[in-house]
Amino acid sequence: MTQATTEATVPYEEALAAYDPVLGLEVHVELNTATKMFCGCATTFGAQPNSQVCPVCLGLPGALPVVNEKGVESAIRIGLALNCEIAPWCRFARKNYFYPDMPKNFQTSQYDEPIAFDGHLDVELDDGTTYRVLIERAHMEEDTGKSTHVGGATGRIHGATHSLVDYNRAGIPLIEIVTKPMVGAGERAPEIARAYVATLRDLLAALGVSDVRMEQGSMRCDVNLSLMPTGADRFGTRSETKNVNSLRSVERAVRFEIQRHAAILASGGSVTQETRHWHEDTGITTSGREKSDAEDYRYFPEPDLVPIAPAADWVERLRESLPEPPAARRRRLQGEWGYADLEMRDVVNAGLLDLIEETVAAGASPAGARKWWSGEIARRANADGRDVPAYAAAPRRDPRPCGGVGVVGHQRPTQ
Amino acid sequence: MSELTRADVAHLAGLARIDLSDAELDKMVGELGIILESVATVQNAPIADVEPMSHPMPLVNVTRADVVRASLTPEQALAGAPEQDQQRFSVPRILDAE
Repeated sequence: MTQATTEATVPYEEALAAYDPVLGLEVHVELNTATKMFCGCATTFGAQPNSQVCPVCLGLPGALPVVNEKGVESAIRIGLALNCEIAPWCRFARKNYFYPDMPKNFQTSQYDEPIAFDGHLDVELDDGTTYRVLIERAHMEEDTGKSTHVGGATGRIHGATHSLVDYNRAGIPLIEIVTKPMVGAGERAPEIARAYVATLRDLLAALGVSDVRMEQGSMRCDVNLSLMPTGADRFGTRSETKNVNSLRSVERAVRFEIQRHAAILASGGSVTQETRHWHEDTGITTSGREKSDAEDYRYFPEPDLVPIAPAADWVERLRESLPEPPAARRRRLQGEWGYADLEMRDVVNAGLLDLIEETVAAGASPAGARKWWSGEIARRANADGRDVPAYAAAPRRDPRPCGGVGVVGHQRPTQ
Repeated sequence: MSELTRADVAHLAGLARIDLSDAELDKMVGELGIILESVATVQNAPIADVEPMSHPMPLVNVTRADVVRASLTPEQALAGAPEQDQQRFSVPRILDAE
């Protein structure tokens, strides 16, 4: 169990009465490329430790990186889908730090020349209103190795005697998507944070650039939060809560930090600028390390990689290849199928959109397809403890005239 | 150039995870100061009409296709590790980090 002391909080409503929250979100997305960002090692999840490593991603002397073209393409498509400008010329940079999760002693990232910048993402909230989240930047970088801490309780660093590192993940392409500070969200800040991450996840899934599995770490969220007295225009000191890895946790972490900051400020204290750890089990954050200043990372242009200069016509071709935005697609399908709002929400939440679309395309009536997938199949899935999409078999045109729901060949899942 | 202070060196040593004694800190302030001074002479180079440059070759977009190439075996990867355990690199615990 966590030994951290629980810090004071004030009731949520009380915090909001006195302070305005300022929220910023950093989302890291692992791309689903076949190979790493700077070498040809495979990126398969769950492989044997240190079986997908080479001199480049191990940082061995003399090894030279080469950029994965698909990684750049995915970064540009993400930037375009987020309504960003695409840099006509940009460089990679070394972010220097000494921690064993990166054997090179630096992470290859981008500093002041991100490949995509100045965008926005419109987020639909539960009551149907839309909140526009401004995107500061989306830049290319690489993931770090995975450390297991030995000797302490529950794999945490506290009390550990040493750490074991698996570098299979080191070098997997990451896109870091950073919002501009969100001001004026007020009491809806936690809801907006959650809705943003959910919308971003749907968008990235539609682009097909990432598995976006928060539970497997292929999408991770850091929550930056500060408070300022109601009506003030100067931001307070922020905390950065790392690795908040479910939609529900994003909402809870924002809410908790609002309550914690308010307690500090209300008692006349000052918030420490630091990273915080999120504890899923107890729903609190605890102090991490003090946040390093950017200058401590001693960024400089990566000399081993030449600049990236995406040709304008390539960027335009990528723009034309973007899929229909998920929200627009949902509205279109709901209109075509004539589903009530509640029916549509259930279908979306159960992840049945693709299945129903295919089933309708194969000749079923929209109502019949919905009843089939969210009724009979959902009942069986529930009984088996599985998600409905795991039951997907290709819907086929039913040979019978007006025959039932038009789905045949329902496949039993292999256990 | 502003003078390198003892606090600067202690901060850098912390970032580099190097534990320096008081005597070593004093010694490094002096030695690093001389090195910085020497390197600083490069600032006297006549660069008024020279564009800043990070890469000597006029190349952009050197990329490779997203095709898997053979990795090392775990045995090869771990061959140079001072310590290993469970097919992983064994490293000292980092104090005061996450």
